[in-house]
Amino acid sequence: MSRPILIRTIGHRILDAVPTIMGVIVITFLLARALPGDPAAYFAGPAASQEAIDQIRTHLGLDRSILEQFWIYIGDLLQGDWGNSLTTGRPVWEDLMRRLPASLELTLAGLIFAIALALPLGILAATRPGSWMDHGVRILGTAGVSLPTFFTGLLLVYVLYFKLGWAPAPLGRLSLFDSAPPSISGLYLIDSLLAGRWETFISAFRQLMLPAITLGLFALAPLARVTRASMLSVLSSDFIRTARASGLSPQMVLFGYAFRNAMLPIITTLGVVFSFLLGANVLVEKVFAWPGIGSYAVTALVASDYAPVQGFVLTMSLLYVVLNLALDVTYTVIDPRAGGEG
Amino acid sequence: MKRRDLLKQGAFFTAGVSVAALLGSQPTAQNRAYSQGKPSNATLRVVRGGGFPNGLDLHQVGVNRPAYGTSWVMYDRLLTFGSKTLPDGSQSYDYTVIEPELAESWEVAPDGMSVTFFLRKDATFHNGAPVTAKDVKWSYDRAVSVGGFPAFQMKAGALESPDQFEQVDDHTFRVKFLRKDKLTMMDMAVPIPAIINSELVKSHVTEQDPWGLAWVNANDAGGGAYKLENFVPDERVELVRFEEWKSGPLPQIQKVIELNIPEAGNRRALLERGDVDVNFDVAEKDVKEFQNMGKFTVVVTPIENCLYTIDLNTQPELGGKPNPLSEVKVRQAISFATPYEAIVATAMYGQCVPMFGATRVEPTSIEWPQPFPYSTDMEKAKALMAESGYPDGFETTLAFDLGTQEWAEPMCVLIQESLNQIGIKVTLEKVPSSNFRAVMVEKSRPMISNNFGGWLNFPDYFFFYAYHGQNATFNAGSYQNPAMDKLIDAALASAPGDPVYEESVKGFLKIAFEEAPKVVMLQPVLSVAMQPNIGGYQYWFHRQLDYRQLTKA
Repeated sequence: MSRPILIRTIGHRILDAVPTIMGVIVITFLLARALPGDPAAYFAGPAASQEAIDQIRTHLGLDRSILEQFWIYIGDLLQGDWGNSLTTGRPVWEDLMRRLPASLELTLAGLIFAIALALPLGILAATRPGSWMDHGVRILGTAGVSLPTFFTGLLLVYVLYFKLGWAPAPLGRLSLFDSAPPSISGLYLIDSLLAGRWETFISAFRQLMLPAITLGLFALAPLARVTRASMLSVLSSDFIRTARASGLSPQMVLFGYAFRNAMLPIITTLGVVFSFLLGANVLVEKVFAWPGIGSYAVTALVASDYAPVQGFVLTMSLLYVVLNLALDVTYTVIDPRAGGEG
Repeated sequence: MKRRDLLKQGAFFTAGVSVAALLGSQPTAQNRAYSQGKPSNATLRVVRGGGFPNGLDLHQVGVNRPAYGTSWVMYDRLLTFGSKTLPDGSQSYDYTVIEPELAESWEVAPDGMSVTFFLRKDATFHNGAPVTAKDVKWSYDRAVSVGGFPAFQMKAGALESPDQFEQVDDHTFRVKFLRKDKLTMMDMAVPIPAIINSELVKSHVTEQDPWGLAWVNANDAGGGAYKLENFVPDERVELVRFEEWKSGPLPQIQKVIELNIPEAGNRRALLERGDVDVNFDVAEKDVKEFQNMGKFTVVVTPIENCLYTIDLNTQPELGGKPNPLSEVKVRQAISFATPYEAIVATAMYGQCVPMFGATRVEPTSIEWPQPFPYSTDMEKAKALMAESGYPDGFETTLAFDLGTQEWAEPMCVLIQESLNQIGIKVTLEKVPSSNFRAVMVEKSRPMISNNFGGWLNFPDYFFFYAYHGQNATFNAGSYQNPAMDKLIDAALASAPGDPVYEESVKGFLKIAFEEAPKVVMLQPVLSVAMQPNIGGYQYWFHRQLDYRQLTKA
């Protein structure tokens, strides 16, 4: 595909996303207000009288009509104001920008760990279907996905930190006495290297290991299964038989032809798993005191704190749009047939 | 030294007996009862249950309870409370003893209708600006003007309008009383009227935010014993000692790091591994095990003026239908059918003070809280049900806060099983925390769990919010009884030591016993587990750590 077509495809996709985003804004706004719970009563604090609750309701603007609240919200959004979180007492935008990199770093690390394990295992299982290795991979995958992440996490903490003392204390992104590197990307591993702070990098890396493994084990199963299935179907196709018959080396057949063709479904699954992990790793965040956006959203939900809930959903939907776009572009790079008609 | 100071104050203050008499005292600047070490460069690492500070300005809407602890050491109040030793040897604040903090001394007007504070002349804020009466006036005005909880708390001490506060000169500040109220002086020692650096904040106010709430909520505008070094909401708070602090002896701990570790098991592991010094607000089930280990200093203190109860709705009708719980006999039957012992053992892991099983039917003292004259007696409960208008029982619901699930769920399940035996079929309703307050305010649930605790430690204060016909949030059963209201009002208007007070308190306790609008079960505890080299822990009514008092050897 030539470059102008690629750019046009991307442009189309972005335009396509606009109604989606608008729908998301309306629906989250309405859903947040449909939640049971009265933020005014919640934030009025202990021993509050009806009078105090009403005062707070007025203060929060919740005494206005839904439509009026919605227009104010849209107006603020257009000015780049995502509102303030009552639970953290800070602008939602700042909170999300501080926490999103933490979630991204954790999710990416988890995913890299999962890919590094799942691809070879999936390929191994596919090349020897029905063997003990195939069953072993299946068992590992099933175990990974059926053990709840908080359990895996706590188990890892118990054994590797509490009992053996190999892993660092589960204190979040950095150890107790380290300070965050100057923020450029927000990913500590990258920022610490850019700032040339080697100790901070080591510390951040050590802190990241256990939560990333916990998350990675969970993501392992779908990736390994899809790799196996996809490889199996490709390996039994005609062009592989032809390649083998032509006397190409097994490595060449496996990685040069089979794997490349098997990658499309793997990439699709990767995208799904990534976006799922990003929002769903609340439990891992809790166990490892990881300051990500999952736990942020849950805390806000529990307090009926509208602005951060809306901000979270909006961020996630924007991320999905970007992610899907990136996936589509990746498809066309891997397989020129995909998106050619765009 | 600590002991002697304490005795000295004791002699000084008990002479007056009633708290009202304290108002006339003029203590000197050097009478704090802190267990103090020499200032060192120790760093204290703290993890805690019960949430994490979500802001620094207690006047901001939505600031949570853990934030009181941070504000408490970053800011000074005019006054503070003394210390006392509890029967178990642990330290607690003493609400009957008021001590100077930023105010060096004070003087109550001869007519008892105002008080004049003389501020420390050498006190400065963290940015070096001197603390003046102008700052005090501004801070007090702010506390009564921002509305919501702060205004409400100030009102509890009859501090309602900026007109009451007057800057006499740079270091003299006067508060005019609306009426003589025993809570007024105490209310100036709670976290809300913190003294804020007004000039600093004024440079950050906006039109929508004339009191600079947003800025103070994220920045340091204080003059307290600790300066803010780093505050990341939901992650960590770092505080360093303010070396120029004048309102008390310099703290021994140089730096405090408070980390948010949401998982109780990890907090425990961190303490056991020695990676943190203090595990504060420990879950009931972990306390016992910490105690059994014998490696840590564990302090368990009953939370003053706090009760776990099941509130029974006393309104004649609920949702248009007659309400069985409006009958006294039914309520008493429920009180007798509640499985108290099992609740203490199973839901609380024994970590609480039982508030049931008193043998006397009438109150003999005004001690508070005191056990209610109910214990599990199924025969009596059945008999009472048979005499009531509902001999065959009825169906009802019991609501509890999902945020307190850990103890509330087993508690409610036990009650459900037990009430089933006397013919009352209970369905449990789990209410998400976000909605629980609203449900409480609605007063539409037949039975609801309630864990109200009052800051100012008087039974009349508790009853005003939990039993009075003014129908505050925490009178969750909407109990209405003019006779009780009269007694509560009389007690609020008088003070301990006054016969009227004693009679009124006994009077309303008696009604609460007889009418049983609440099933009173227990008084909860606040627990802390520390490394053995940590000392100086003291219980505070705000249920937070006071880093100024802690020491690390």
